[in-house]
Amino acid sequence: MRRNESLVSITDYSKEEILEVLETAKLFEKNPNRRVLDGKVIATLFFEPSTRTRLSFETAVNRLGGRIIGFSDASTTSSTKGETLKDTIIMVSNYVDLIIMRHYLDGAARYASEVSPKPIINAGDGSNQHPSQTMLDLYSIYKTQGTLENLNITMVGDLKYGRTVHSLLMAMSHFHPTFHFVAPDELKMPEEYKIYCDKLGIAYTEHHDFTEEIINQADILYMTRVQRERFTDLMEYEKVKNIYTLRNAMLENSKPNLRILHPLPRVNEIAYDVDNNPKAYYFEQAKNGLYARQAIICKVLGIKIND
Amino acid sequence: MELSDKELKVAALENGTVIDHIPSEQLFKVVSLLHLDRIDKNITIGNNLCSKKIGKKGIIKIADTYFKEDELNKIAILAPNAKINIIKNYAVISKQTVSLPDELRDIIRCANPKCITNNEPMPTVFDVIDKEHIVVKCRYCEQAIAKEEIKLK
Ligand SMILES: [Zn+2]
Repeated sequence: MRRNESLVSITDYSKEEILEVLETAKLFEKNPNRRVLDGKVIATLFFEPSTRTRLSFETAVNRLGGRIIGFSDASTTSSTKGETLKDTIIMVSNYVDLIIMRHYLDGAARYASEVSPKPIINAGDGSNQHPSQTMLDLYSIYKTQGTLENLNITMVGDLKYGRTVHSLLMAMSHFHPTFHFVAPDELKMPEEYKIYCDKLGIAYTEHHDFTEEIINQADILYMTRVQRERFTDLMEYEKVKNIYTLRNAMLENSKPNLRILHPLPRVNEIAYDVDNNPKAYYFEQAKNGLYARQAIICKVLGIKIND
Repeated sequence: MELSDKELKVAALENGTVIDHIPSEQLFKVVSLLHLDRIDKNITIGNNLCSKKIGKKGIIKIADTYFKEDELNKIAILAPNAKINIIKNYAVISKQTVSLPDELRDIIRCANPKCITNNEPMPTVFDVIDKEHIVVKCRYCEQAIAKEEIKLK
């Protein structure tokens, strides 16, 4: 289905391709400054602002020696004058070697990858996909656990709307995980992902309460934000908002290799007293985004990094 | 006055296609899906006829017209139990059922208002992920739509 080497969804990559990107990310962590994009121009088109993601991608390009054109907010572009996405993408693809784009509409990146003669990297399309986030999550797991195989991955919080947990679930499904889903009833893991696990014979257990017993078996604790606006019943929100908060005392008997991940920004789902625990990994996780994105850019452009 | 199935058959077809067992409420959608309004041949449409199988049914007879198989298969989203009779020389030379194709190109609209296909002049593409229960998934926003929510473009 892929017309070029674009990365729109993490499911575009096979298990082997994911591992290849992670190995490359490792090399970039050793040395992030490699001028492999010398002479290349990369577009970063942010139809919806996302400073965090844009800075990470632009740093990746800069450290690879590439040049950047683009915009960080659609209100400054011709799309506000009614130009179609197709026309904008084709126009920009005349100038550049690669387009990194974020868009507020679901499916925008898939469509762009179909109309663009140059590869597209999806930096988030509406509430749909955000594969570079998934890749940095995978890299964080790979690096801290030494493997992706046979891990206990415990996901906590908003498992219904949180696209990062859905993509992570799909990507981890190559590696024989055991999942634990901890969420309030209103934000449970959607049926389609449970059916997906069933089909592949992946073990999962659902929990309503966030207990130490669950934490103590985990290799990875993937925390997400429980947002007030997701609740139709605000009474329900008031009841659950503090149940899914991780506090340092809850980690006392956790496994030594446990690491706590969070896609950031956090609000109150991880108490500040967790930050100094060596098992807290969310800040390093964000930093891994740079290496993961450098590796994705090279993969998409067919550039091999060897040492 | 309601026509019975028998009476409708009186207007026998010499050559053409008969589409039978269409649920009554879907009949006119089938007409538009097959673009019958653009055909200048004799067309007979009967609706609200009694059917033991599906309650009220509709039937369409189109003279001197034969459809490609994938054209007819599109109507499976509206009328999964439709029966197609091909008529030549007043005789039924073949009876067919319809089955959903793997992919529906530019036939239905995505139910997600934030989907790119609802905001850009472009064709929709849906992958049929469950033929039995009729569940389709938008290739762009990746959201699944169940049978009840399917709207034609
Ligand atoms: Zn859609």
